[in-house]
Amino acid sequence: MASSSGSLPRYIALRVLLIVPLVWVLLTVVFLLLRVAPGDPVSATVGDRLSEDALDERRAAAGLDRPLVVQYLDYLGNVARFDFGNTFRTDTPILSIVRDQGGATLTLTVGAFLIALLIGIPLGRLAGRFRDTPGDVAIRVYGVVSYAAPLFWVGILLVVLVNAVAPSFPTNDIASPFTKLDSEAYTKTHILVVDTLLAGDTGAFLDVLQHHLLPCLTLGFLLSGVIVRLVRINVIQALQGDYVEAARARGIGEGRVVRKHAFRNALVPVITVVGLQVALTLSGAVLTEKTFNWPGVGSALVRYIGERDYIAVQGLVTFFAVVVVFTSLIVDVINALVDPRVRY
Amino acid sequence: MRGLWRTIWDTKGVARWVLVGGVLVTLVFVAFALLAPWIAPYGFAQNNIDGTKLPKLAEPGSGYLFGTNDQFYDVFSRVVWGSRTALQVIALSVVFAGIIGVPLGLVSGFLGGWVDRLLVFVMDAVYSFPALLLAIVFSFLLNDKVGGGVIPAALSLTAIYIPQYFRVVRNTTVAAREATYVEAARAIGAGPFTIMRKYLFNNVVQSVPVVATLNAADALGTLAALGFLGLGIQPTEAAEWGYDISRGLDDAQSGVWWPAFFPAMAIILLITSLTFVGEGLNETVNPALRRRRHRPFRFPQRDAAQEVSS
Repeated sequence: MASSSGSLPRYIALRVLLIVPLVWVLLTVVFLLLRVAPGDPVSATVGDRLSEDALDERRAAAGLDRPLVVQYLDYLGNVARFDFGNTFRTDTPILSIVRDQGGATLTLTVGAFLIALLIGIPLGRLAGRFRDTPGDVAIRVYGVVSYAAPLFWVGILLVVLVNAVAPSFPTNDIASPFTKLDSEAYTKTHILVVDTLLAGDTGAFLDVLQHHLLPCLTLGFLLSGVIVRLVRINVIQALQGDYVEAARARGIGEGRVVRKHAFRNALVPVITVVGLQVALTLSGAVLTEKTFNWPGVGSALVRYIGERDYIAVQGLVTFFAVVVVFTSLIVDVINALVDPRVRY
Repeated sequence: MRGLWRTIWDTKGVARWVLVGGVLVTLVFVAFALLAPWIAPYGFAQNNIDGTKLPKLAEPGSGYLFGTNDQFYDVFSRVVWGSRTALQVIALSVVFAGIIGVPLGLVSGFLGGWVDRLLVFVMDAVYSFPALLLAIVFSFLLNDKVGGGVIPAALSLTAIYIPQYFRVVRNTTVAAREATYVEAARAIGAGPFTIMRKYLFNNVVQSVPVVATLNAADALGTLAALGFLGLGIQPTEAAEWGYDISRGLDDAQSGVWWPAFFPAMAIILLITSLTFVGEGLNETVNPALRRRRHRPFRFPQRDAAQEVSS
């Protein structure tokens, strides 16, 4: 990496350049897995329904009869132009699937993150301050259980609970049928929360928000455990710092020491690691979307896996890889802006 | 072994109880797995006794400890057989990942140079990728080509965990490479292979058990997720908790809670106890995190002390 005199622009430039090999490695892994493995996408998808000649025709149409090296270069070139290919059965561009369904995944994950921070930071702070007390043990057990409990099981428990308490509360999909019909017009940003608001339709907006509650809680529950553990360990470490000892020596009360001195410093590493949870969040989103029939990218992936559509699976997995790489770039840049120690 | 026990016992706070509790619960599941044919009243895919079908969705207690599910299976038997499947998959995937990851890390850390840089880069890229997606891609392929048994499931989890062993082992190797004992070994003419095998391996491998137990916990969750997505172990091959839960979800919404509840509890218990073992090990064995207990100290009797001085 850059020398210790590295400046901020230099660091950011290096970090952006690093994206190219990173994406390249991931794309190569995806290609190797899905294409070089024996068998081919065409016979896996429609092999049982077509004759051998028809299969050859389909292979040629999809460009699968060319040498693997050509296919590989072609694939890299297409991804560079943000072309992730078309689904095999319906010939829909993957990018249009992402455009139509990405908004639902985006609002799901953002909502889940907010909930996770809202639960995780206070709990982690409490546990860190009162280390080894029964309260700390209870919060740590919460952290472990939130990670141990299968996400889909948590989701269904919430559904059962809500059905018992408020039977009319939505537990499925992103909007009620009546809203959905109207929402054909809501395609300005393809993010339903924003579109309903832009259209000034308060009823639909509230309906969509209500639908977000359970999926966001479910995914947020998983993430909150991670954040609890992180904040706890960082508060503990911060409380061992010399400046905390100095604050205590000046006679500042323990509550104020934690609030003003330890807690803020404990949050800096949390920003980094929270950014690294994108991978976990996307994994969780796939499960959450399947549980709640959420019309997001994760549901699309599960559907195409069920249909054995290799090309669609390859395209969507590639898209996820690109998302992960770019989010980690953004997180690193934010980090460099917040914390001067990062710019090494 | 006695030394390890001492270390654990002298640790302050809840860490040692966490470790002991985790080990005990894990052992119960190991017993289930080993003794499944004797503990489970029925086979994992047995829905009849001599041609008479078991009742459908019988409530827990009514002759069936955990009830029966919509496929006429005994839920208790499925949970017991499921622990065999779970532990098989976990053990295999952890061992596979270790077999690949540990030597790679050792060689990479020891050699350094461009080999090291390349491997680190590739491993970091794989590590940054969502674990579940990686497992999905692998089991999607393996399901198509090999089938949905225990070994394909274990293989699809292996890829996720290789980078973690690689990282830990590589970093400790880099730190240990310059140690005096390695230099001494080199001075008496030991070749690189001997140094890695005889000198570095034993020192570096100590960090592996913690990673392995934490990975085991994670592997179980991922296996269940694959089962939920219909990609993991196929129901004809073995009993798998994730599949049972996903099958029971619809029933759970209409009030029939037991087909999904008991496998879910099994997953939660086993993941929690494996995590406890991992974190407990970490906090007792890792000197950086460990806090020693102050043992009660009794001053010698006053008159005894006088006797000594006189």
